[in-house]
Amino acid sequence: MRLLEDNVLDGNAIGGMLIEVFGAEMTTAVGTCGVCGTRGQVAEMAVYQPRLGTVVRCRVCDNVLMVFVAMHGVTCVDLRGLDSLV
Amino acid sequence: MEGTAVRGRLTWQTATVGAVTDETSSVRTLSLVLPGWAGHRAGQHLDIRLTGDDGYQAERSYSIASAPGEPVAITVERLDDGEVSPYLTEDVQIGDEFEVRGPIGGYFVWDGDASDSVPLLLAAGGSGVVPLRAMLRHRSRIGSSVPVRLLYSVRSQAEVIYRSELSSPADGVEVIYTLTRKQPPGWTGYARRVDQKMMAEVAWPVASGPLAYVCGPTNFVEAVASDLVALGYPPQRVKTERFGATGTP
Amino acid sequence: MSPISRGFHRRHQEAEPAGRVPPGQYVTHDFPVLSAGPTPHTRLTDWTFSIEGGQSPVSWSWQEFQALPQETVTVDIHCVTRWSKLDTSWKGVSLDVLLGAVSYTAPYVLAFCDGGYTTNLPVADLLGGKAWVAYSYDGSALPAEHGGPARLLVPHLYFWKSAKWVRGLRLRDTDVPGFWETYGYHMYGDPWKEQRYAGD
Repeated sequence: MRLLEDNVLDGNAIGGMLIEVFGAEMTTAVGTCGVCGTRGQVAEMAVYQPRLGTVVRCRVCDNVLMVFVAMHGVTCVDLRGLDSLV
Repeated sequence: MEGTAVRGRLTWQTATVGAVTDETSSVRTLSLVLPGWAGHRAGQHLDIRLTGDDGYQAERSYSIASAPGEPVAITVERLDDGEVSPYLTEDVQIGDEFEVRGPIGGYFVWDGDASDSVPLLLAAGGSGVVPLRAMLRHRSRIGSSVPVRLLYSVRSQAEVIYRSELSSPADGVEVIYTLTRKQPPGWTGYARRVDQKMMAEVAWPVASGPLAYVCGPTNFVEAVASDLVALGYPPQRVKTERFGATGTP
Repeated sequence: MSPISRGFHRRHQEAEPAGRVPPGQYVTHDFPVLSAGPTPHTRLTDWTFSIEGGQSPVSWSWQEFQALPQETVTVDIHCVTRWSKLDTSWKGVSLDVLLGAVSYTAPYVLAFCDGGYTTNLPVADLLGGKAWVAYSYDGSALPAEHGGPARLLVPHLYFWKSAKWVRGLRLRDTDVPGFWETYGYHMYGDPWKEQRYAGD
């Protein structure tokens, strides 16, 4: 598995935002990648924060799992890259 | 399900700076007065929010440097091109206020209860030592005797955070430094960035079922975590927290 | 009401040259790197730029691309995250030249890139000296972190439309949202009308 680049974070970094969006602690939630089937905790997912939004990717195949965009005071969430999140 | 200190939504609460301690020339610990604080677990972090008088707000996350039961403290490293860290490390005075929400995090935590009584390998890169220090203080407070090795990678001795505390560790705690850029005269310890050979020498044997916590800049965490897995540590026994890029090693 | 943090102020307080900076922007002298994914590292020997969806597909290798007419331009760029950078210098090939090599009727494109990024634009916004495929920034080869070997450069729109690591355009009869547009950003993105998000 390729190593993450220096500027990349992990799901720990968005713990507060996840509680705001989901109403619960989510860093230990397990997500299944919809492309490669890898299962892993949110805390260990690759998090990119280009300021346009937060992009969470699969460590193994780089598939986009979750995208959060804050617009006009609301955080929009897209989870289509995940098969499941429990 | 593992217990968490968080139920439902987080709210912002007002924190007042109660005490200020300079750890190094660019790192400062702020002890906070937080009347509404519900407690935390070692390894968790909090989010802070600053508001300027024009209404401009900035948010950042900081690991909690204190153990459960101690006053909430954060340790902040000044980043040269930072917007918040220069304010917190240079301008902030006792009595100043900002907002805090937390505690946050259920993954990178160590409670020291029966399920956690295996040897601990803590690996810190620079300011990654902060949540690990909370774990060490918690270990002392609960009277735990689990064996701990802390591998602390830092550029020079002058940049060691919590230096006096770490120079007299509790029984059963061993602190191993690697000074990557500058070493004092006569230094016989490690003097390079972490690598597989160093991890093989420092890490607890896999057979003892150790638990590893690795925290610091992303390139540090990636190197250490992959070295540990290559040594045979099961990936689920290597917990990681990445701080992104924080300057050159 | 949040308590005021005594003495805290925003970092960016540049005076803005009148008329050059769109509403809600500040001027920076940095060039922030904003990444939504791992940085691709495509070798020039593997690189091609293609235009699909016209009468027949057209493709240039790096050598063929370098043999096309080149331009050096100085433009202002405006990121939707509110920074603007003035007088940036780029070298590249105009989309007038590239689209001029294709026979087509489609009014829209979807730009596609190494790493999977996409963005959508009207063809009209790529023509008339308004857009380039740029491979040199500030006199040097465009670094990978800023989109090298080559990126789209469309300075009259928010900079997320200037797709990094661009590998081609897909001509389309309909306008479909690219990466950021799918997640809520504006389909067109005119910084002078502050078209940041869908519905703005």
